[in-house]
Amino acid sequence: MRIENHPILAFADAATVEFTFNGQALSGREGEPIAAALHDAGVRVLRHSPRYHRPRGLFCAIGNCSSCLMTVNGVPNIRVCVEPLRAGMTVETQDGKGRLA
Amino acid sequence: MKEVDIVVIGGGPAGLSAAVHAAKMGAGVLLLERSQALGGQLVKQTHKFFGSRQEFAGERGFDIAHTLMEQIAQQEKIEVWTNATALGYYPDGVLTVKRNENFRTFRPRKLIVATGASEKALAFPNNDLPGIYGAGAVQTLMNLYGVMPAKRVLMVGAGNIGVIVAYQLLQAGVEVAAVIEAAPRIGGYWVHASKIRRCGVPILTGHTIRQAHGTTQLTGVTVCRLDEKWTMIPGTDTLFEVDGLCLAVGLSPLTELLWQAGCKMNFVPELGGYVPWRNEYLQTTHKNVYVAGDVAGVEEASAAMVEGKLAGLAAAFALNHQTADFAADYRAAKQQLNALRSGPLSAKVCHGLCKVMLEEAM
Amino acid sequence: MLAIDGTATAEDLQAVLPTPDRRRRGAVAVIECFQEIPCNPCADACPRGAITMPENISQRPVFDPDKCNGCGVCVGRCPGLAIFVVDYSYGEDTALLKIPYEFRPLPQAGDSVTALDRQGAAVGSARVVKVQEQKNRTTILWLAVTAAMATAVRNIRLSGEVRA
Ligand SMILES: Cc1cc2nc3c(=O)[nH]c(=O)nc-3n(C[C@H](O)[C@H](O)[C@H](O)COP(=O)(O)OP(=O)(O)OC[C@H]3O[C@@H](n4cnc5c(N)ncnc54)[C@H](O)[C@@H]3O)c2cc1C
Ligand code: SF4
Ligand code: SF4
Ligand code: FES
Repeated sequence: MRIENHPILAFADAATVEFTFNGQALSGREGEPIAAALHDAGVRVLRHSPRYHRPRGLFCAIGNCSSCLMTVNGVPNIRVCVEPLRAGMTVETQDGKGRLA
Repeated sequence: MKEVDIVVIGGGPAGLSAAVHAAKMGAGVLLLERSQALGGQLVKQTHKFFGSRQEFAGERGFDIAHTLMEQIAQQEKIEVWTNATALGYYPDGVLTVKRNENFRTFRPRKLIVATGASEKALAFPNNDLPGIYGAGAVQTLMNLYGVMPAKRVLMVGAGNIGVIVAYQLLQAGVEVAAVIEAAPRIGGYWVHASKIRRCGVPILTGHTIRQAHGTTQLTGVTVCRLDEKWTMIPGTDTLFEVDGLCLAVGLSPLTELLWQAGCKMNFVPELGGYVPWRNEYLQTTHKNVYVAGDVAGVEEASAAMVEGKLAGLAAAFALNHQTADFAADYRAAKQQLNALRSGPLSAKVCHGLCKVMLEEAM
Repeated sequence: MLAIDGTATAEDLQAVLPTPDRRRRGAVAVIECFQEIPCNPCADACPRGAITMPENISQRPVFDPDKCNGCGVCVGRCPGLAIFVVDYSYGEDTALLKIPYEFRPLPQAGDSVTALDRQGAAVGSARVVKVQEQKNRTTILWLAVTAAMATAVRNIRLSGEVRA
């Protein structure tokens, strides 16, 4: 969910762009991290861990912890907490180490 | 390989201030920041800061960050690289940097390390569930991108970060179920704690997490009380139904580059972990390596800015850059830092600093 | 207790609330800043010199109620949102409170809102007299409450809204 009315901050307007998440059409703000757009849509499970197949989400949001690796445009292991959203991206939850499409 | 006077690593308050003051002395500066924007922790802080007018007291963190960035932009002698991570610093004085996807090497005559600190984690069952975040991640989502991390959050840690981020969550329209803290006392400033209390948020000292619940993502957290020996008291479990858990359990200095440089380090719990020995000029045991800000000891932005200034001035001076008011400027900054550290809450930091202060002068 | 649950005790408050004599003389600041913080915007802000830190910026603010006229400048400046103004001379049995407020939506003058105490518990209702927006984005709300409630009320909730 987006913050509608913030007492302190004014968020800059950015163009709305379409992308897909596991085939489902979603939209977000151009240039924001992919993870922000996914959170806005209520998507918080980003990948499953290699060993025990446990769900993982955002943790550090600054590209440090690798909790948020997803497959973007067919390329696995993209840190979606820092990867900017662009129009037409295909974003997929990643299972384990991910394979090149 | 490019030669530069001074490379500053880290674009938080310490690095920004170091770069500005080194450049004012006439030194050429390359400022490296690994993220896409300057400002470090400051850009995420929406509250008004303490301090005196010299440290922009009463202004909000992100406004202070913008003021510092304007000062950087005005200095022709500063080159700024964002998306640029310093990877290694070698005994022959070579610094390797990854910028976007390219690798570059430099041989800086002086290096100022202002890399800040990273968040500590906490071990408990299911601590990897989606919906469990570090406090920094919550701030990034909310305050940089305007997205709520969850609907109802439990905060862990009643230090300054915990109580401040709890307040920021309320401002963003997120419910805060409670703030829990293992220690018997609130570590953050009481005025910040009172701000969330009067919004009805309980602060439960002497409490910790027993476990998190959820299958695909977080649905709740069981919390229990701790006795004086910090062991969990059976029969004191409380379940909080929350879809967000925010961890604000401390910071540890990001010192990898200092270890690589061979700086002598010391473990100082009061400063967040291993920190470098340094003299009063913020120079480490490696004569070309200076430090400033949280990497030198986790403290506050106000102190980080003054340390940055001291390190910037000293490093430039060591390269024979001079200005007429250098001595007076330096003395004033030292006094400013002492004033900031004069309160009883700074006693811990001061105690820690004693354990890593080198006596001899530059 | 502040150190344990973040709320001031009656004893803490006793030391900063205005004396009966000072109450009779009109609006006055209440500085609920109980810790030595390296911070001095309150002293910097007061146009009448009522708040000082004679020794160093880590002192607790030293307040002279006789110099204070309750203007509220410090309320909007204090980074700790720890200063309030209370005016018992506002009405027969009504006091005026000025509190710092940083939430949205803002109430409007004339609204009736739920008055909350230092623990966020509802203690009655308040009428919003004025909404003083500031450049620094801390809004100062002027609230009319019963005189009996004036020492307790430190926050509001808009009617129908649940925050915590
Ligand atoms: C919630 C919260 C509230 C706070 N409130 C206050 C307050 O009220 N008052 C106050 O004074 N302070 C406050 N602080 C503390 C303050 O933000 C920090 O002390 C301050 O930002 C430290 O400055 P720094 O420059 O040392 O580090 P940082 O701000 O962390 O900046 C370090 C920078 O270095 C970059 N970096 C790290 N490694 C590399 C590398 N290898 N290569 C390139 N770049 C790198 C990082 O990306 C980062 O931008 C608060 C902090 C938090 C989290
Ligand atoms: S209310 Fe006005 S006069 Fe009184 S202390 Fe505050 S700024 Fe000074
Ligand atoms: S400005 Fe506020 S927080 Fe700072 S010393 Fe004054 S009363 Fe305390
Ligand atoms: S959330 Fe840690 S790397 Fe993305």
